[in-house]
Amino acid sequence: MSKPNVDISFDYSKYNFRDDVIYSIKFPKGINEEIVREISRIKNEPGWMEDLRVKAYKHFIERPLPMWGADLTKIDFNEFHYFARPTDKKGKSWEEVPEYIKRTFELLGIPEAERKFLAGVGAQYESEVVYHNIRKELESKGVIFVDTDTAVREYPEIVKKYFGTVVPHNDNKFAALNTAVWSGGSFIYVPEGVKVDLPLQAYFRINAQNIGQFERTLIIAEPYSEVHYIEGCTAPIYATDSLHSAVVEIIAKKGAKVRYTTIQNWSVDVYNLVTKRAHAYEEATVEWVDANIGSKVTMKYPSIYLLGKHARGEILSVAFAGKGQHQDTGGKIFHLAPYTSSRITSKSVSKDGGRTSYRGLLHVAKGAKGVKATVRCDALLIDEKSKTDTYPYVEILEDDATVTHEATVGKISEDQIFYLMSRGIPENEALNMIVLGFFEPFIKELPMEYAVEMNRLLRLEMTGAVG
Amino acid sequence: MIDVLTIENLHVEVEGKEILRNINLEIKTGEIHAIMGPNGSGKSSLSLAIMGHPKYKITKGDIKINGESILGLTPDKRAQRGLFLSLQYPISLPGVTLFSLIRASLIALKNPQEAGQNIQVKEALPVLKIRQELIENLKLLGLNESFVNRYVNEGFSGGEKKRTEIVQMAMIKPKFAILDETDSGLDIDGIKIVSNGILQIANKKIGLILITHYNRILKFIRPDYVHVLVDGQIIDSGGPELADKLEEKGYNWLKEKDFQQI
Repeated sequence: MSKPNVDISFDYSKYNFRDDVIYSIKFPKGINEEIVREISRIKNEPGWMEDLRVKAYKHFIERPLPMWGADLTKIDFNEFHYFARPTDKKGKSWEEVPEYIKRTFELLGIPEAERKFLAGVGAQYESEVVYHNIRKELESKGVIFVDTDTAVREYPEIVKKYFGTVVPHNDNKFAALNTAVWSGGSFIYVPEGVKVDLPLQAYFRINAQNIGQFERTLIIAEPYSEVHYIEGCTAPIYATDSLHSAVVEIIAKKGAKVRYTTIQNWSVDVYNLVTKRAHAYEEATVEWVDANIGSKVTMKYPSIYLLGKHARGEILSVAFAGKGQHQDTGGKIFHLAPYTSSRITSKSVSKDGGRTSYRGLLHVAKGAKGVKATVRCDALLIDEKSKTDTYPYVEILEDDATVTHEATVGKISEDQIFYLMSRGIPENEALNMIVLGFFEPFIKELPMEYAVEMNRLLRLEMTGAVG
Repeated sequence: MIDVLTIENLHVEVEGKEILRNINLEIKTGEIHAIMGPNGSGKSSLSLAIMGHPKYKITKGDIKINGESILGLTPDKRAQRGLFLSLQYPISLPGVTLFSLIRASLIALKNPQEAGQNIQVKEALPVLKIRQELIENLKLLGLNESFVNRYVNEGFSGGEKKRTEIVQMAMIKPKFAILDETDSGLDIDGIKIVSNGILQIANKKIGLILITHYNRILKFIRPDYVHVLVDGQIIDSGGPELADKLEEKGYNWLKEKDFQQI
């Protein structure tokens, strides 16, 4: 059984705190070429990165908003700060981390988490990573786990070789914006044959009002290496809109295994527009495990390019949309080599007028023989006001492919509720159990602590529905 | 202490159609009652109405525990008063393990006032002990311990569903248990195991209401009283010998008997 038996008392107010931080560097609101160049200058970046930022900025300005997906027309890009950092100093050991940041982490439960089983913590506070601790064991194996800013300075040749190769600066409007103003994020490099046993983790949160987060994550898994990266997001609640636009690039070389797990719980004023993409070479495996619980609008479709024979891709995407939320999520798989296999599983719950959309693409290239692909989406509607829709795109250009697609939309049955109630369980708890059960295939994929947090978050989301 | 479940002049409607009329029963803890009747006579409707399924509207009469009406109570509150129903067709609960169901149930039954505020519920139950007890009860019903972590009724055979319903009864320890067609879906060995299990669990403390179409299970669990339900009415009540006569002569015999009496 994956769900541990723990005290499930939960105080959400702890996620709603806010520190009074004097920002050492804070930009005016809005974006222009000068600001983009200034970000690069402050970070002491090499010229190629500054050039790339400016090129991306120009593309961002020219590129129209997407015409599909969620409504983004209310975003005013001049209403956001594009760079801020709370401290000029970075702590490598826990002692060096400023006190107020420690307090924040404590409220988020990070130190405890680390004591238990973390291999390393990269916690993003505001726009920059301030605390990064790598276990000696990882270092001795040659694993690099640093924030991406540091990686640009300390491992420029690796970064330059891979940065933007999976998600180019002109891929989409928000990838362009991220490339122009990115800050922080994780850089992970796993040498050939090295298996990282424990998940690498990072927590992100937006603290100051209207500060966008544009973290940039790059994971390179050399042949036959293995790594699992987890990001969990919690954010304070503010009244005005915020923007989170990240880019994640994964390169899994021959026989490598990479899993990337996300628990996204932005406050309900955040636009969460993220580009996640992976390249999987021969016999490599890439798995996206992606949960979207918070945010006002999420548009996120983790994708996998299966580039070599027998490569395998798996996307497990779950979404919860409550009042005023639109979760437009799904996944994309490109079968570009023979004997590749994939599975997309999407599960979504809508309540209180929330909307979930599954948007997926399954592509099988001509000549990619022996492909096996499965797509399954299940949607659960808690009430009549809520909505769900599916946009499953399928392009199969090869005859020798086995593709199955299944989609269901369900409502919680009166008989299920009655059955649980006949065991003494009150109606609201019965509803919780059915919803948590619906997400169980996702929850059981999480490490214990995250499973606990996920259960708490889902219960919390449900409370409003039945209260 | 002896508790009493009383059903008085009960009339029940489903979607505007009357399906039960003038039902009167009195069940004490420790007693075994059998309700027999042909298909469609209203046996399952009676069990669902007693448990409080929202589809079944009580138009007349009352259901009481120790003289107190439970008609205004939702099913969870009725369970908290000591009622249990083993369903004829147990419902699948995807993603909900048997253990988590039992745990949620015991939390609710132990602290009914806290159960509604699920976020704040403290885990005060001896979890390991409960797991051990669950495993023992599974064994008693001829099931292995893998069922602890299986999703309730998901992919269970008909017999496994019925057996785990009885396991739930064993864990919950109700005052009154309505067992709806528990023998259907079981082979003869299964019926033996399940009957022995029921007797051991009830241990002359639970008031049992066995709803059955056939006499089979009554050979193993000898009822104190037999009631015959036909067309939504109890047309005869008697001792265990009534079940044997029904087996021999069929339900039509009773209808004819009724005819002969008027």
